[in-house]
Amino acid sequence: MSTDTAKPVAYRDALNQALREELARDPDVFLLGEDIAGFDGAFKVTRGLLQEFGPQRVVDTPITEAGFTGLAIGAAMAGLRPVVEIMTVNFAILAMDQIVNNAAKIHYMFGGQVSVPIVIRMPGGGGHQLSSQHSQTLDAWFAHVPGLKVVCPSTPEDAKGLLKTAIRDDDPVIFIENEGLYGKKGPVGGPDDLIPFGQAVVRRAGTHCTVIAHSRMVWVALQAAEELAAQGVEVEVIDPRTFRPLDLDTLAGSVRRTGHAVIVDEGWPEYGISAGLATHLYEACFDWIDAPIGRVNCADVPMPYAKNLEQAALPQPADVVAAVLANIGRGIA
Amino acid sequence: MTGPGATEPQDMRDMFRSMLLIRCFEEKASEEYMAGRIGGFLHLAIGEEAAVVGTVSAMRADDPLTSTYREHGQALARGTDPRSVMAELLGRSTGLCGGRGGSMHLMDKARSFYGGYGIVGGSVPLGLGLAYAIRYRGGDQVSVTMFGDGATNQGVVAECFNMAGLWDLPIVFLILNNQYGMGTSLEHASAEEDLYPRAEAYGIPAWKVDGMDVMAVRGAVAEATRMAREERSPVCVELLAYRYRGHSMSDPDTVRDAEEKERWRLRDPLITFERVLLGEAVMTADDISAMRAEVEEQVEDAATFAEQSPEVPVGELADDVYANPFNDDARGGALMR
Ligand SMILES: Cc1ncc(C[n+]2csc(CCOP(=O)(O)OP(=O)(O)O)c2C)c(N)n1
Ligand SMILES: [Mg+2]
Repeated sequence: MSTDTAKPVAYRDALNQALREELARDPDVFLLGEDIAGFDGAFKVTRGLLQEFGPQRVVDTPITEAGFTGLAIGAAMAGLRPVVEIMTVNFAILAMDQIVNNAAKIHYMFGGQVSVPIVIRMPGGGGHQLSSQHSQTLDAWFAHVPGLKVVCPSTPEDAKGLLKTAIRDDDPVIFIENEGLYGKKGPVGGPDDLIPFGQAVVRRAGTHCTVIAHSRMVWVALQAAEELAAQGVEVEVIDPRTFRPLDLDTLAGSVRRTGHAVIVDEGWPEYGISAGLATHLYEACFDWIDAPIGRVNCADVPMPYAKNLEQAALPQPADVVAAVLANIGRGIA
Repeated sequence: MTGPGATEPQDMRDMFRSMLLIRCFEEKASEEYMAGRIGGFLHLAIGEEAAVVGTVSAMRADDPLTSTYREHGQALARGTDPRSVMAELLGRSTGLCGGRGGSMHLMDKARSFYGGYGIVGGSVPLGLGLAYAIRYRGGDQVSVTMFGDGATNQGVVAECFNMAGLWDLPIVFLILNNQYGMGTSLEHASAEEDLYPRAEAYGIPAWKVDGMDVMAVRGAVAEATRMAREERSPVCVELLAYRYRGHSMSDPDTVRDAEEKERWRLRDPLITFERVLLGEAVMTADDISAMRAEVEEQVEDAATFAEQSPEVPVGELADDVYANPFNDDARGGALMR
């Protein structure tokens, strides 16, 4: 690794590096989205790329999510590698027809004649007092659909390495960032450091309980782990990183060792990521677990605006601490 | 190279043959459906042959084409083997898409036919993306995307008109206005019955032609593709046509009145074109019967081939969900665990 890769880089800049490197590597890669060129993107992920690669490669679109997502899918069918930025996941709902009915289906439905090498990047998540329409975590909507790949990076290193893999992958990849992580700093890999899909990573080793968390919730879980360690409870924090494909072996292996599992998911509890993971773990670890799998989710409500309500709705480290203690039979006195 | 040059007698014979093939193929498909060998929806374009063939005949072979679910004709006109189309309709392993798509989802990439799609309006941005890719690569092809009168009311179509106009993309929007979306007439669904002005609102040159007249369609699409190719302008052409069957095989077609249907029957594109061919001495009556017999034989052969083709092995159920599968020893959901 070159020396500059040792320098901590913000998550948004890690993404920027991945985009820059892939734009430079492959002329078929181009970026498309609202306000990504002249304005550098709503979260400044595409900063400087217009100047470097020009308006042919970094394209501002009208506010027309279904239209430009579909356009990018069509361009991908012709062999280009569009990287679409949807300003936030909440607006991807307008493009859902294109994503689910076209991108996810085209390879299969036409007997493998064409593939759709598109990446759709967008941040999800809440915590910024944006109320109900701008705070959603919809990872499960995409992870539900065969034909899509779903990636949720939690660190700058993963953001960069997984985005590079996504761009080189021949399938439609839904790449879900998190608004609360853009400023998060950490080391990143070099131009050739790709992170493969389907490999979970152990963020902290432990023996008493497995805590599974992704995206921003990894950091919530790690903070909870610190607090638990102070009480003598060592949790193993595992980040699945990708949901399609899912590295169930690593998750189940940990749960079999600890005999306990708590899933932390910023999405809603009903029929979502935590529910799906819990099902997998029950099926894979039924004889090994000593307690029902615990789940910590966003409250089952549309996100409220008021700060105290929003904090109450979102998973907090204290919620994770309580869930772990309850799971291992050490309820808070 | 631009669109078709002057129309030679041979072009006219080819067009007529293509129209006959579509008519005959679809009549056979309707029998296969009634016999229970075709499942799902079967949307026939009988009556719309001039619109389909006129369009395809004016395109270059490497111009990408996208369509709706009513697209057997597009595949056949592009030269796809009727055997593999019929086999796809029957869901057999020899089908064009390996039995994954069926009637509504034909694609023949080798012939730049980029597919039939089942979501009304949803294919239009794909056609726009193919145009985008042409411009990105500096090619001189033109993307042609066909959709119905009903589809023009989908927001995404307006989004596409806007981007096409904004970026001057090489695309021809072809509105196949058969005056109905399922059982709802155009006047019931559209505030304004002329549809092409919607494209004009985005600065796209647009006009309407008689979609029952194959030569008129060919001329209009030739001009439209020429403009898109040479003047780098998107174009929209509205083809006014009529389908003679119900929306799909399951539609008893009771909504449209008999007098209206009869009136349009008199304008049957095959009959009117046959008159032209005879009148201009491009073909004799004997030539026409010989061609008809040959086409009928080809369609019979396609049906026999399809019926005798093996089913798709169930072991292939989970093939091709992904171009880069994660774990190829597993199936279905487990595939991407
Ligand atoms: C988004 C969507 N809504 C509804 C349908 C059901 N549907 C299938 S075809 C059709 C009518 C479409 O009419 P038009 O666009 O005029 O095409 P035509 O069938 O006349 O060729 C409808 C409503 C659908 N397939 N997709
Ligand atoms: Mg119609």
